[in-house]
Amino acid sequence: MLTTILFYVFATMLVGAAIGVVLSRNPVHAALFLVLAFFESAALWLLLEAEFLGIVLVLVYVGAVMVLFLFVIMMLDVNLEELRSGLTRYAPLGALVAGIMIAEIAYVVWARHLGLNFPVNAPSLPEHYSNVHELGKILYTDYMLPFQLAAVVLLIAIVAAIALTMRHRTGYKKQDIGAQVAVRREDRLRIVKVDAEKYP
Amino acid sequence: MIGLPHFLLLAGVLFSIAVAGIFLNRKNVIVLLMCIELMLLAVNFNFVAFSHWLGDIHGQVFVFFILTVAAAESAIGLAILVVLFREKQSINVENLDTMRG
Repeated sequence: MLTTILFYVFATMLVGAAIGVVLSRNPVHAALFLVLAFFESAALWLLLEAEFLGIVLVLVYVGAVMVLFLFVIMMLDVNLEELRSGLTRYAPLGALVAGIMIAEIAYVVWARHLGLNFPVNAPSLPEHYSNVHELGKILYTDYMLPFQLAAVVLLIAIVAAIALTMRHRTGYKKQDIGAQVAVRREDRLRIVKVDAEKYP
Repeated sequence: MIGLPHFLLLAGVLFSIAVAGIFLNRKNVIVLLMCIELMLLAVNFNFVAFSHWLGDIHGQVFVFFILTVAAAESAIGLAILVVLFREKQSINVENLDTMRG
């Protein structure tokens, strides 16, 4: 009973936050609504006994990705009025597409007559079950190679983001390693013959 | 009693709102990126819900990888956005027609 109430509270706030992301006038408000949506999702995942992923969602998404979003929004000086000008024009189309998609998904998911038998009761977990322990056991054995590949993906993302945003300005002093290595003796060294100085 | 269909419908509603957001916010690339994040969240909801009701932890491992790839994607997307704003002084989608796509 308590689970039902919690589900409906969190689900309502999640859908409200998602609508806020889509409709809010200011990108900062949209980002903050998205933070709210991630918090509600984390709570719902805790209801689904996926504790590790709920905490990861808060740590990684709210703590890192959304801060990055807010950082970029505040760094860019955008004209808000111009960006919002087309909202009402596309609103009927967007509402129509969303309505059709929700109706179709609801038809499939709620339909008892389609003969789908969803599992009614979730398998109950043993008393000393640890979600983190189980996830770690499978992640470091069966999924070892994908796990390493995920690390490589993150490394590539770091390198790509830094390489994309690096500015190549002219007119400041910096080292050019190629030029330093390719230098020859004649470029730097000049041997001059100087007559010996006579002692007075 | 909350069952699997409740969570699947919630994920579907979330995904549809994100799709509507992509239709609505044709001008703002930042909100488009946020809508993509919402879509990925909706997909992750399905994975976690099925993982719970089928008693299979592999779904949660997949969510883990999707989160990783989504974080990388948003970092690169925002970097492209910053470069774009530096070039064009605008993040309006309608100005991004250099390649005539």
